[in-house]
Amino acid sequence: MRILVCISNVPDTTTKVKFSADNTSFDDGGVQWIINPWDELALTRAMELKEDTSNGVSRVTVVSVGPASVEPTLRKALAIGADDAIRVDGEAGDAHYVAAQLASVAGSGDFGVILCGIESSDYNGSAVGGMLSEILDVPSVSAISGLTMNGEEVTITRDIDGGKEEVSVPAPFVGVVQKGIAKEPRIAAMRGIMMARKKPLQVVPAVDAETLTETQEFAMPEPKAPCKMVEADNVKELVGLLQNEAKVL
Amino acid sequence: MSVLVYNENWDGKFKKLSYELVSYAKAVAGMTGGTVTALSIGNVDQDELSSLGAYGANSVLSVAGVSEGLDNQLYTQIIAAAMEKSGAKVLVLANNNTGKAIAPRLSVKLKAGLASGVTAVPESVDPLVVSKKVFSGKAYGKVKVLSGSAILTLAQNSYEINETGGSAAVEAFEPGVDASSALTTIKDVQKQEGKLLLTDADVVISGGRGMKSGDNWAPIEELAAVLEGATACSRPVSDEGWRPHEEHTGQTGKIIAPNLYMAFGISGAIQHLAGVNSSKCIVAVNTDKDAPIFESADYGIVGDALKVLPELISEIKAAKAQ
Ligand SMILES: Cc1cc2nc3c(=O)[nH]c(=O)nc-3n(C[C@H](O)[C@H](O)[C@H](O)COP(=O)(O)OP(=O)(O)OC[C@H]3O[C@@H](n4cnc5c(N)ncnc54)[C@H](O)[C@@H]3O)c2cc1C
Repeated sequence: MRILVCISNVPDTTTKVKFSADNTSFDDGGVQWIINPWDELALTRAMELKEDTSNGVSRVTVVSVGPASVEPTLRKALAIGADDAIRVDGEAGDAHYVAAQLASVAGSGDFGVILCGIESSDYNGSAVGGMLSEILDVPSVSAISGLTMNGEEVTITRDIDGGKEEVSVPAPFVGVVQKGIAKEPRIAAMRGIMMARKKPLQVVPAVDAETLTETQEFAMPEPKAPCKMVEADNVKELVGLLQNEAKVL
Repeated sequence: MSVLVYNENWDGKFKKLSYELVSYAKAVAGMTGGTVTALSIGNVDQDELSSLGAYGANSVLSVAGVSEGLDNQLYTQIIAAAMEKSGAKVLVLANNNTGKAIAPRLSVKLKAGLASGVTAVPESVDPLVVSKKVFSGKAYGKVKVLSGSAILTLAQNSYEINETGGSAAVEAFEPGVDASSALTTIKDVQKQEGKLLLTDADVVISGGRGMKSGDNWAPIEELAAVLEGATACSRPVSDEGWRPHEEHTGQTGKIIAPNLYMAFGISGAIQHLAGVNSSKCIVAVNTDKDAPIFESADYGIVGDALKVLPELISEIKAAKAQ
């Protein structure tokens, strides 16, 4: 079985967010780019599954939609262990456009498991994985916090309100993963980084696809009032403020 | 513009989130004088269904006899059929696990642009333009939907419930899909019964690494119990195994928006704030006066959480007793 991991190239989570002067685009000056945290966990789990040879995972492929500037992030994924990478050469217009590109890649290979992160840390859309599954007309499972294989059979743990469910769906399917899928994201070792340079990174042209939404404008939240400080030996005052001023008790 | 709102049930019951969703759908429909149809899937009794009318649903479509174990494809088909039946142009769902699982599928099936995690009614409906948080709450983005119909998923605890009274007519709806076609096999369910969910709680008491050890959690739990709230923690705390993973809040954990969030011994890292910055009131207790949490907090105490907690518990008990 082959596994495809969809990778979104996102600003480092500590980035101070800035926009262009007219607030219509994200200002990426000085930004460090990373593999979207959930995608990184998905990739880590894919590598673990492949390493246990009894699972019969033959290849782990990573794919990202974006201009040439996303290639360092794909190389990072190769350094972590992916066997090959595909970049769809297009600007990630909206989630639907991205999902359509991924569907074209996913549909052209015999991938049994297709993994996406539950959201990207920039647009927080929680959309691409589900859209991809609907375009491919295959099952999807979301909020996945565990995935094990036994030969071709995949068992999935998904989070539900107040608990967990163990489910299975027939392959091929799209798995939308979150925290728990892997313990810690795997970090590329020196050897991996050296090897990544020689691994295949294929560039494919974008297919025609519709965008259904457009982010027109950005705004920063209103600056908030400064924190009211209360002395540590006057807890009573805090309780009074919460009761009478904030009215939250 | 008419609105369809999908209302999930929990063991046959609705909850605060359901009424929030209907109130929101009502406000969206009200912008153009449209109607609200609520959709329920699974076994929910008539009284419970018609109670949605009190929050603005004009009618309720009820699809019984479908397993509550979520099959994304089956639910997508049912909701799409209800969209057609109701003639709605806007579909509203919760931005919770279920909503996140099916809204994007519906977006493709209905060719309807998806704006997820919205916190307010649209600025305009034609074209539909709505604001949502982006960059994990660090900014807002104005999303314009380019398609004829739209899907909005509402962030939990972000919209005021508006009870207008009345009840809605309930219609049994036959979506014409084969429930036995579901491909998801549910092998096992583990659920904690009767526990207040972190995402539902109005009050959340949270501890970070500054609590020093998992053995120090008793006062956090006690304070949560006194305020009928839930407990939460920062990521390192759950990574250390001091607290269960379900309590981890932040960018990579749960995203919550309670009325009151109290952070004890939490530094306020940007990734932690991403999960709690929609809280209406944030209280922080930290030994370090320069801890970044104070920049996001409304009220703060520079002090030892382990000393402040017992005092706070007794003061709150005293205030409540009055
Ligand atoms: C990609 C990524 C995703 C992440 N996602 C999350 C996430 O979802 N959630 C999350 O929480 N973190 C997340 N993190 C981790 C985050 O960066 C911080 O490391 C973490 O939030 C710090 O947890 P903390 O505040 O409990 O601990 P610390 O940063 O160690 O802070 C402990 C605080 O306690 C104070 N303190 C010490 N003793 C006392 C005392 N006796 N009384 C009162 N205060 C005391 C200290 O002054 C300090 O401010 C993420 C990191 C990355 C890189």
